[in-house]
Amino acid sequence: MIKINGIAASAGIAIARAFILEHSEYSTQQRAIENPESEITRLDAALDQSRIELEAIKSRTFKELGEKKAEIFESHLLILNDPELINPIKDKITEESVNAEFALHEIASQFIEMFENMKSAYLQERAADMRDVTKRILKHLLGITELSLTEISEETIVIAEDLTPSDTAQLNRNYVKGFATNTGGRTSHSAIMARSLEIPAVVGTQNITTQLKQGDIVIVDGLQGEVLVNPTEETIAEYRSKQEQHNRQVAEWKKLRDQNTLSKDGMHVELAANIGTPGDVIGVLDNGGEGVGLYRTEFLYMGRDKLPSEEVQYNAYKAVLEKMEGKPVVVRTLDIGGDKELPYMDLPKEMNPFLGFRAIRLCLDQQDIFRVQLRALLRASVYGNLRIMFPMIATLNEFREAKAVLLDEKEKLQAANIAVSEDIQLGIMVEIPSTAVLADQFAKEVDFFSIGTNDLIQYTMAADRMNERVSYLYQPYNPAILRLVKMVIDAAHHEGRWVGMCGEMAGDATAIPLLLGLGLDEFSMSASSILPARSQISKLNASEMKELAGKALNLGTAEEVVALVHAIQS
Amino acid sequence: MQKTFTIIDEDGIHARPATALVNIATKYKTTECFAEAGGKKVTLKSILGVLSLGLEKGDTLSLITEGDDESEALSALQEVMIKEGLGEMHD
Repeated sequence: MIKINGIAASAGIAIARAFILEHSEYSTQQRAIENPESEITRLDAALDQSRIELEAIKSRTFKELGEKKAEIFESHLLILNDPELINPIKDKITEESVNAEFALHEIASQFIEMFENMKSAYLQERAADMRDVTKRILKHLLGITELSLTEISEETIVIAEDLTPSDTAQLNRNYVKGFATNTGGRTSHSAIMARSLEIPAVVGTQNITTQLKQGDIVIVDGLQGEVLVNPTEETIAEYRSKQEQHNRQVAEWKKLRDQNTLSKDGMHVELAANIGTPGDVIGVLDNGGEGVGLYRTEFLYMGRDKLPSEEVQYNAYKAVLEKMEGKPVVVRTLDIGGDKELPYMDLPKEMNPFLGFRAIRLCLDQQDIFRVQLRALLRASVYGNLRIMFPMIATLNEFREAKAVLLDEKEKLQAANIAVSEDIQLGIMVEIPSTAVLADQFAKEVDFFSIGTNDLIQYTMAADRMNERVSYLYQPYNPAILRLVKMVIDAAHHEGRWVGMCGEMAGDATAIPLLLGLGLDEFSMSASSILPARSQISKLNASEMKELAGKALNLGTAEEVVALVHAIQS
Repeated sequence: MQKTFTIIDEDGIHARPATALVNIATKYKTTECFAEAGGKKVTLKSILGVLSLGLEKGDTLSLITEGDDESEALSALQEVMIKEGLGEMHD
């Protein structure tokens, strides 16, 4: 048995066989070719291999999951044989003397785009089928032999270097019981996704991919941040009982699902959830979320090869608003750049991406992209309680400019007789120290603040949160951070505005007593943290926490703050 | 030959019934089969073609067959439409 240490990214215990995910390059670059006939032969061979593979998947699915689940692969097979797809690809190869990969990508993209722009949501989703089929053919054209996540059909633990947004979008919760990665921290994308999918995960193990084999039995302990490879029967039994205990605790929390979040002395705060896709809303409601405090819209822009159309965005926003049934939904406008890249936008590489051309800076410069998103949001606003917030605001002028663009689009829509809600609150993320310091001035113009602690901490401490060597400086409990948070909350309350927090800190058991004491109004976190937080808050006196926070603000180090909080909790 | 239907399925034409229509049409090698809706005419031997019509409940769809087995093909297609609860035939 080997024990591998990492960072506990998502609570719970999972026991299953390892599935090692490897990434290969799917290049569709254009190449000139000499002999179109042999290129077409290559294509036909790849189509044949894809057909054989799909037949196998189809019959396996039929046997294991029944006819209905197998139908999807029947339609994939038909797409593979579709003359409307295959003939244009072959024509392109012959007429333009280009390679099969390029011709396939060009033609398939047209169909993907067609589906994405259809009116019916059902047909829009067929774009995903088209992508799947295209990827399968490409895999055979390029001779790639990797196993893909979508083909997982038994209980597994996914082991990978890292998981990209498109990987996590493909994870089937029925089969993927947990995952472990080489890279990442508590705030990396894969960790956040694990919590929203509620599957146990350990990240940042450095080298787990080289320490086990495909099919090894693995225990992922997302409570302790440990992975056990090929454990003994005894160890498995021990972890089964830990797993049961954890599940019982979770069941206990679930009882708080439909209750209000009240402190022991009766103060109400709002517990909301952070989401990335409309599919995450189920988790929010299951965990008794009182709203969505952060809808990260960048996932709409990722894992595709061009910008999402207004229609695609409108449908996603509308779906979230409708499912939340009037509960508030805070949508953050596009926050791309930094560590989140979009290959199709071809942005130049930067030396300091976190300090560079990203989020609102990019949106104000490339307004054609920004305006499409704002129009989609405004049109969707009539389906629920929409709040819009701009990320990475550093100056008041940036906020004013973004607001002016929004109002301009609103007027245009109203002039065209398209309904727009009149009650859209407009706020900003507070994640840059300049904005926190000047919060009293911002508070006169915005409807709300949402403190983004992940970035606020890295900018205040001047420590790149992707750099593991300076990770000791990621200090949410440092009194410097607490003072900034206090400044923002006091400034907002002075003007009668509310303040939320949507960074990882909001769901952290050590931070919650302090934040409650500082007067935070809304806590937005991973859906799975909501019930533990509600349970914790119900045991705290808000007035006592106010005193506690006052003491913490006057301490010198993060360690002293942690000791202070732990002393009252024990 | 031609027959016209009104789509009655709540979800329009799904991949599954579309698959059934394409499988039938493909069987008739010497007969051309088309679907026409909203001024757009596509071959019924292509699932992407059929789905590209974006059919929704209430839309009108015409199935057209031309060739050696046109009448046999048309009644087989009609059977799928009715059996799958997709459409209602016009008189």
